[in-house]
Amino acid sequence: MAKNSLIKSIDWITVATYLILVIFGWFNIYAANYNPENPVFFDTSKEYSKQLIWIGLSIVIIWVIFMTDSKFYVTFSYFLYGLSVFLLFTVIFIGKEINGAKSWFEIGPVRFQPVELAKVATALTLARLMSRYGFTFNKRKNLLTIMVVWLTPVLCILLQNDTGSALVFFILILPFYREGLSGKILVFGLIAALVSVLTLIYPNAIILALIITGTFIFLAFNVNLKIIGTGITAGALGFALSLAVFYILGKEFRWDIFTITGAIFLTTHLAIKGFSKRLKVILPAMIFMWGAFSFTISSDYFVEKVLSDYQRNRVNVLLGFKDDPLGAGYNVNQSKIAIGSGGLTGKGYLQGTQTKFNFVPEQSTDFIFCTVGEEWGYFGTFGVVVLFVFLMIRIILLAEKQHSVFSRIYGYCVASIFFFHFTINIGMTIGLAPVIGIPLPFFSYGGSSLWGFTTLLFIFLKLDTNRSELIR
Amino acid sequence: MGNINRRTIVIALIFISIGISFVIKLFILQVYDPSYKFSAESNTRREIINYPARGLVYDRNGKLIVSNQADYDLMVIPRELKTMDSITFCNALEITMPELRSLFSDMKNKLRRRKISAIKPSIFYKQLSAKQYGYLQEKLYKFDGFFVQRRTLRKYEYPHAAHILGYVGEVGTQDIKRDDYYITGDYHGINGIESTYEKFLRGEKGYKYVLVDVHGREKGAFQDGKFDIPAIAGKDITLTIDIDLQKYGEQLMGNKIGAIVAIEPSSGEILTMVSSPNYNPSLLVGKKRAGNFSTLSTDSLKPLFNRPIMAWYPPGSTFKPLNGLIGLQENIIKPHSKVECHMGYTVGRFHQGCHYHYSPLDLRRSIANSCNAYYSHTFRGIIDNRKYGSVQEGFEVWKNYLVNFGFGYKLGVDFANENRGFVPNAKYYDKYYKKSWSSLTVVSLAIGQGELLTTPLQMANMTAAIGNNGFFYTPHIIRGIENDTIPSNFTTIHKTGIDEQHFAPIKDGMEMAVWSDEGTAAIARIPDLNISGKTGTAENPHGEDHSVFIAFAPKENPKIAISVYVENGGFGSRWAAPIASLMVEKYLNKDIHPTRKWTEKRMLEGDLIHGKE
Repeated sequence: MAKNSLIKSIDWITVATYLILVIFGWFNIYAANYNPENPVFFDTSKEYSKQLIWIGLSIVIIWVIFMTDSKFYVTFSYFLYGLSVFLLFTVIFIGKEINGAKSWFEIGPVRFQPVELAKVATALTLARLMSRYGFTFNKRKNLLTIMVVWLTPVLCILLQNDTGSALVFFILILPFYREGLSGKILVFGLIAALVSVLTLIYPNAIILALIITGTFIFLAFNVNLKIIGTGITAGALGFALSLAVFYILGKEFRWDIFTITGAIFLTTHLAIKGFSKRLKVILPAMIFMWGAFSFTISSDYFVEKVLSDYQRNRVNVLLGFKDDPLGAGYNVNQSKIAIGSGGLTGKGYLQGTQTKFNFVPEQSTDFIFCTVGEEWGYFGTFGVVVLFVFLMIRIILLAEKQHSVFSRIYGYCVASIFFFHFTINIGMTIGLAPVIGIPLPFFSYGGSSLWGFTTLLFIFLKLDTNRSELIR
Repeated sequence: MGNINRRTIVIALIFISIGISFVIKLFILQVYDPSYKFSAESNTRREIINYPARGLVYDRNGKLIVSNQADYDLMVIPRELKTMDSITFCNALEITMPELRSLFSDMKNKLRRRKISAIKPSIFYKQLSAKQYGYLQEKLYKFDGFFVQRRTLRKYEYPHAAHILGYVGEVGTQDIKRDDYYITGDYHGINGIESTYEKFLRGEKGYKYVLVDVHGREKGAFQDGKFDIPAIAGKDITLTIDIDLQKYGEQLMGNKIGAIVAIEPSSGEILTMVSSPNYNPSLLVGKKRAGNFSTLSTDSLKPLFNRPIMAWYPPGSTFKPLNGLIGLQENIIKPHSKVECHMGYTVGRFHQGCHYHYSPLDLRRSIANSCNAYYSHTFRGIIDNRKYGSVQEGFEVWKNYLVNFGFGYKLGVDFANENRGFVPNAKYYDKYYKKSWSSLTVVSLAIGQGELLTTPLQMANMTAAIGNNGFFYTPHIIRGIENDTIPSNFTTIHKTGIDEQHFAPIKDGMEMAVWSDEGTAAIARIPDLNISGKTGTAENPHGEDHSVFIAFAPKENPKIAISVYVENGGFGSRWAAPIASLMVEKYLNKDIHPTRKWTEKRMLEGDLIHGKE
C-alpha cells in the first residue's frame, strides 16, 4: 500500500480526539505535580517529565503499528494471547507488588504491566474466534471456547490481586451482545453488575428500586405493556399505603420498607395476572426480583453485622475497593470537594488547592479527573465527558463500516474497554461508582497504561485503513 | 446510516446514558449545589517558614561584632481575608485608616501584578515593634487571613566596619531567579561579608506544614508533621579584622576622605580595612534601612563607596621600592649604584623635577630621599634593556612584575565588588601613541604616576610582599567558619618573581626613610619599634595631591603591613604617614607612646572635609 493512501485512509478525527485527550491529560498531570510554594517551571524528576517521554514513545508505537500489515494482527493474535497469558501467570510468581497487587514486571528501571498486553491480545483473539465462518453463540462448543479464552486472563489477574483490572474484561459482554448474544443475558449481566456494585455504595431503597426497574425492563421485552402498567399502579399503591401508615403512626420513614411493600403489591398483582393468563415469563422474573432483594439485604446484613471490621475490610479489598485508612468515604469525599470547588469555570490552571499535596489520593493517576474538575470547572469536566463519549461512539460507528468482521469485533472490544475505564474512573471520583483503582485512558499518569490504550486504539485505526478489505 | 444495526444503537445508548448521568452529576456537584464549593472540609496546606538565625560574626580576638535580634512580620493570605473591624486593627498596628487603606491597595496592586499569591502568605506589615506584636497577638483571632511570623534582624555590637560587614536586605526578583532557595520576602546578605559568606551565614530555612480549613483555622499538623523540616541555624564566622584597631582607624580617618588597609604579611589576613567617610552599620537594619540607604547613597562624599577595594589612585612615590626591586632583579642596578640628580631627571630637552637632596645617591638613600631621577633612570634601564629587543618587549617584562605583585587584576579578596586597578600594557601605548613611544614617553610610571592606578588594598598587599621578602597570600577577611574550612585560595602562596636577596637594600631604604636624618617620614618614628615605610604624594589633577604612605613593622618578620591614603592630604608625611604609624603602634604596642600623643591628637582632630586642620 502506498504511503499516501495510508495517510488518506487514517481516520484523522479519531486521531485528533486522541491527541486532545493526551495533551490535556499531560497539562493536568503537570498541574497535579505543580507546587505553588516552589514554582519550578520544569523539573526533570517530576512525573510530568516522565509522562512526556511516555507520550513520545507512544508516537513511536503508533508509527510501528501503522507500518505493520493488518494481517499480522489476525495471524499473530493467538500467539500474542498465549504470550500474555504466560506473562500474566508468571507475574504472579516473579512480579513486583505495588499497592497490594502483584501485577508488575520490573526489569531494571523499566516497569511493565502484562495486563495491558492481555487486553489487546484478548480483544484480538476473541475477534478472530468470533469472526470465523459460521460462528454463533448457539453452538455450545463455540460458547465454551469463548468462555475459556475470556476467563483465563481474568483468573490470572484475580490471582495477582488486581481485581480492578480483572473487572475490565467483563465489559466484553458488549461485543458479545453485538455479535448475537441474547439481549436478556446483557440485561441480566448489567443488572447483576449494577446491583452487586451499588449494594456497597447506596442505601438499600435505591437498589431495591433499581431491581424493580430492571425486572420491568426484562418484562417489557416479554409481556404486553398493559400488564406492566397495572403492575406499576399496584406497586405505587403499596408504596403509598405503607408510607401513609408510617405517617399516621408518626414513625421515621423507612424507604426500603415502603419499596418492599410496593414490591409485594406488584408481585401479588402480577402473580394473579400471570396465573390467569398463563404467562410463563412472570415466574422467573419474580424469582429473579425476590432473589435479588434477598441478596441485597442479606449481603448488606452479612457485611455490616456478621463480619468483623478486619474481615469487612478484607471483603472490601476483595471486591476491588481501595484500602481506606482514613475512614469510609474519605477519599471520595476529598475528591468530590476538589471537583465541586471548581465551580462552573474552575479556579484556573495551576490554581488548584485541593488536588495538591495529596489531599486527594493518587492525584496524578487514578484521581486525575479531580484536577480537571478543580482547575477547569464544569466546562472542563463536561468537555472531557463529551470527548470520551464521542470517541467511543466514533469507534463503534467506524466498526460498523468494516467489511471484515474481525475488525468490527475488535473495534467493539476497544470501545467497550474504554467505556469501562471511563465509567468506573470518572464514576468513582464523583461518587457514582466504587473506588476501583483503574486509570482514566490517556489522562492518568503512567507509561504502561498510556501505551496499552494507545496500542488498543491504533491497532483498530490501522485495521480501519483497510476497512474495505477482508482481513483474515 | 439507515442500515445501522439495532444492537449498535443499544450499545451507543448505554455509552450516552452513562455520559449523560456523569454530566448531570457533575452539574449538581460543580454548579447547582454550592455546598462542596465552600465545604467546611475543604482543606489547604499552609506552609509556615521557620527562619533560622543568621550566623554570628566575631573578630580575630573572638569579640562578637554581629548578632541577631528578634523581629515580627505581620503576614497575610489574601484569599482568606474576611470583613474585619478595621478600627481595632489600626489601633493594634498604631496606624491611621488612610495608612491601612494604602496597605490594602498596595496588596491588591501586588496581587494584580502577580507579585504575590492569593493563597500563599506574604508580608503585609514589616517589623512590628514589641508593643505592636504583643497587642496584636491577643486580637489576631479576630482577623481572618492574618498571622505573625517571627524572624531575626541583624544587630551590630559596634558602630564600625560597615563596609566590611555589608548589610542584609530583602531578596529581589533576580536573586530568586538565580537561587531557588529564596522566595519573595526572604532576607539575604547584600554586601560585604554578609553577601560573600551568605551560604554559610543564612543556615537552612525550616518548614512546618499545617492543615487549615476554609476559614483559615489551623487544624493541626499536616500528615503528623511528616514533611516538616526543622530550621538549621547559620554558621558562625570569625573575621581577620581586629575590631579595636578598626575602630581606631575609623577615628583617625574621621573627617577625612581615604582608606586604610592593614594586612598581616605572614598570612594575608586583613587586620583593618577602613573606608572614610563611613557610616554606622545599624543604619541599614530593619525598617529604617530604605530611608537611610537613600540618604547615604545621595551623599556627595559617597559614604557607601568602599574605597580600600574600589577606589583607584596613582600610587605615587610609594611605588619606588617596587621599581627598585625590579631593577635589581633585572640586573640594571646594584645596591651601590649611584645616580646623579640635580633637582630632577634631565634627558635632552626632557626634564622631570625632583626636590633638593644630596647627589649622587645610592639605592638605599634614593628610597629614603625619594629621588625621582634614580627611578627614572632605573625604569628606563629595565625597558630599554637590549636583551628584550624592543621597548614593547621590555615594557611587558616590567608589567609582568607588577602583575606578579597583584597589580592590574583583582586580587581575589573575599568581597564581590573589588576593582582591578589599571596597569597599562605595551599595546595600550601602541594605540595611544600610534606606536611611536619610548621609555622616556612613559617615564612617569617610574615614580608611580602616569596611567598606573592601584587600590589601597593592592598597595598594602605589595607592602606585605616586600615585608615577606617576595611572597604573599591573597588578602582575605575570613579567618574561620564554624565546622568548615576557609576557601583554599587564601592559603596558597603567591611568588612575586623577585629573588629574596634583593629585598634587604630596599627594606634598608624604607627603614632609612623613617629613621635617617634625611628621610622623608621622620614623623612615623615610633619609640622602640622598628617601622619601615615609604611616603608618597599622588598627583591629583582635580585638587590638592593625595597623601600616601606604606609601611611594615617590625622590619624583620613583620606583623603588620599597611597602606594609607588620605585624599587631598598633600605630602605623604603630612597625614598618611602619621596615621599609618599610629595604627602600627596601636596594633603592636596597644598604646600610643606619650611623646606621640600630640601627633595622635592632631590626626584625630584634623578635618580635611570642612577645611580645618
